[in-house]
Amino acid sequence: MADQLTSELRGFREVQRLAYACAEAVSGRLGPGVTEREAARMQREWLRARGVRDWFHLPFAWFGDRTAFAGFRIPLQFFPTDRRLEAGMPYILDLAPIHRGFTADVGYSGCLGPHPLHDRLLADLRTHRELILREVRERRTLREIYEDVDRLMIRQGYANRHRAYPFGVIAHKVDRVKERRWSPRVLGFGTQSLKGLASDALRGHREGWSPLWSPYRFSDHPPTPGLWAVEPHLGFRGTGAKFEEILVVTDSRDPEQGAFWLDDDLPHVRRWAEAV
Amino acid sequence: MSTGTGLTEARQRRVDTGGVELCVAELGDPGRPTVVLVHGYPDSKEVWSEVAERLAKRFHVVLYDVRGHGGSTAPAPLRGGFTLEKLTDDFLAVADAVSPDRPVHLVGHDWGSVQAWECVTVARAEGRIASFTSMSGPSLDHLGHWIKRRAKRPTPRALAQLLGQGAKSWYVYALHTPVLPELAWRGPLGKRWPKILRRAEKIPGTSYPTASLPRDAANGAWLYRDNVRARLSRPRTDARAHAPVQLITPTGDAFLSERLYDDLEQWAPGLVRHTLAAKHWAPRTRPDQLASWIGDFVLAHENSEDHEEDGHAAGRTGGRTDAGTPTTPGTGKGAAPGGPYAQRFGGQLVLVTGAGGGIGRATAFAFAEAGARIVAVDLDLEGAARTAELSRLIGARAAWAEQADVGDGQAMEKLAVKVATEYGIVDVLVNNAGIGLSGAFLDTTAEDWKKVLDVNLWGVIHGCRLFGRQMAERGQGGHIVNTASAAAYQPSKALPAYSTSKAAVLMLSECLRAELAGQGIGVSAICPGFVNTGITSTARFTGVSAEEQERRRRKAARLYGLRNYPPEKVADAVLRAVIRDQAVVPVTPEARGAWLLSRIAPGALRAIARVEPPL
Repeated sequence: MADQLTSELRGFREVQRLAYACAEAVSGRLGPGVTEREAARMQREWLRARGVRDWFHLPFAWFGDRTAFAGFRIPLQFFPTDRRLEAGMPYILDLAPIHRGFTADVGYSGCLGPHPLHDRLLADLRTHRELILREVRERRTLREIYEDVDRLMIRQGYANRHRAYPFGVIAHKVDRVKERRWSPRVLGFGTQSLKGLASDALRGHREGWSPLWSPYRFSDHPPTPGLWAVEPHLGFRGTGAKFEEILVVTDSRDPEQGAFWLDDDLPHVRRWAEAV
Repeated sequence: MSTGTGLTEARQRRVDTGGVELCVAELGDPGRPTVVLVHGYPDSKEVWSEVAERLAKRFHVVLYDVRGHGGSTAPAPLRGGFTLEKLTDDFLAVADAVSPDRPVHLVGHDWGSVQAWECVTVARAEGRIASFTSMSGPSLDHLGHWIKRRAKRPTPRALAQLLGQGAKSWYVYALHTPVLPELAWRGPLGKRWPKILRRAEKIPGTSYPTASLPRDAANGAWLYRDNVRARLSRPRTDARAHAPVQLITPTGDAFLSERLYDDLEQWAPGLVRHTLAAKHWAPRTRPDQLASWIGDFVLAHENSEDHEEDGHAAGRTGGRTDAGTPTTPGTGKGAAPGGPYAQRFGGQLVLVTGAGGGIGRATAFAFAEAGARIVAVDLDLEGAARTAELSRLIGARAAWAEQADVGDGQAMEKLAVKVATEYGIVDVLVNNAGIGLSGAFLDTTAEDWKKVLDVNLWGVIHGCRLFGRQMAERGQGGHIVNTASAAAYQPSKALPAYSTSKAAVLMLSECLRAELAGQGIGVSAICPGFVNTGITSTARFTGVSAEEQERRRRKAARLYGLRNYPPEKVADAVLRAVIRDQAVVPVTPEARGAWLLSRIAPGALRAIARVEPPL
């Protein structure tokens, strides 16, 4: 599929690769005693040095039981804290840089030292990636797919933690963003991106779809063409794991072309391939 | 399993120490790690017979009669002959005789533990003790500091703790009166003591206590007179343990408050704690559990102490070398290593039915986090296997999945036999499997009734019948948890069959609780209420078409999802119910509210019963 990508998709793929490269680089520098704030700053600086000026959202970092959003009640709790990383702790880096007007939104799960339970969670994310793609190709409604993912998580024994995200979304649309010299942020989210989401939401409201992929009635429609940043997030008793990457949905009739993951050369996909 | 003294095949020897001859018994292979068991008051070494028998399969077990007790001779004069210094001399003499080259693992009960604390905190015994397991006997020095600290800052809590222990110590004051205790012990008290023990402490068997009891008890009064006042008024300030310590606290001890050990970490760093639902004489009533905890602790410290020479000892004794604490971090408040759940359930065998999902799975996970061994039973083997797999990952010592239809008596009998032979006797049984059935009574067919009663009621009956009998026959306590429902006391026109089955479970649990109370087996009924589990999406709705049933399932699942009461909280209630031995536990606020109404305004519940559910 790679050679058939349009230049536009290539742009998205490049920034997604850049974001994952950042996550891997920062992950390599995480050690005992590093705080979430420091981890978030490392991501910001790494990407700034490579030309990123705008963000869909500023980088997040969650350590320990915060990877499962244990005890989260208000959205402010998503922001990085002074929690320090310790040996054996799982962590998640979630970053969404915008580069040359292309948006990426990626999630990277790791762990400081061996952690068999975390490995199990990561391995089990694979079936979710497959399930989502299969059902999007079948043009099931987003709400149904959401519920199927939910059921799979329950069968696996896990809790759905993307439910904790704003609107409980498992995915949201991303798009091209105009490059401005000044792009302020509201609560960590870039205003350009928020504007894009808001106009999509308005248009979608008229046409009967939503840029947010949620368990609610407004997601009761087949997948709409565009780029979806999909982020299933598993939680199990204080350990959480997720991946986030872009799913391309087109209006092609060929199911293979109707939906595909933007890139299959990503850290979590490579890990699954190695395990096999 | 013998209930005799069990020491008939023991090798006897006599050890001379400062004018006193001690009667020492040895069991097991002397090449293995040595475990020395020290008895309390009023006792002789035979109090340990059941535990010793079990430990002898894996260790070199040594027991001795404390001076003045059992087959040992008494010092003359008695006064001043029972000081902790002399008792320490005795222990060192025994240790040198039975294990001259290697340190021994010390285990003490009651006064045996008091004197063992002295050994483990004095410098001259350093290097002779590899580990110490203490039960029902604090260090007098620690106790002295414990009292002083509370007397110095008499907050209401401190005062309550002081008075509580003060009241439990009545016999200590009595033993300080001259002559009278001796007369009582050699006279009527000595004669009645076995009966008192059987009645008050539920001690099984007839061969314990031994015939030497009147003399043991009379001489042993000097243990108190020679030490208590002296140590409590001037406790040593350097009474720090020089060996790793494991503390086993029976929660039903009539003589010692659990609070006594609150400050113990300061004297024994790295202290390992266990709690046991038992009375004071745990070595008689809970030998299996004690032998298991002692064995694990000994092996853990045998491995870490001398790697080069333990090959012949620990390595091949059944592969149980993983006695260390689990490393996986838990989330449950009580389940963290060292938390109250871990102290109570570590190493215990827990069987959960309906463990393939929902409340059963969450309960299995909660026990797993506490370090229990899990048997996950479900009709859906895949779900049970998943539960077992994740249980192992979060700290279960071991976990197995078993497939069984709880409503099928023969299948359950097979399961009970298999569990008993392969995994052991169940310590905690959770009869949780259940199915939902909704619809008017007049629409409910006989077939529907049979199905719901088979699983919800017969499942519980079979579980209690088979595993409860195993527990009772073992005679070492246990606990049964039955998952009833708020529907057990909240009538509803939408759930006649389901509510009937659950009401039966509730009543069964309460009857069984009364029956098994005398055997130290607790029974709890859990009444969860609306909990977000898969029961809604498998529930049967009678009197409607298949599509309508599907629609109602979805609607119910959505409503339960909105309520969103997590099964993990029910699991927490289950563990708490076992620890507190609660009879009936309504869990969600609505379940508690209905429970309250059922007591004060049952008419209100009947009115609610007429409401059509919003499905």
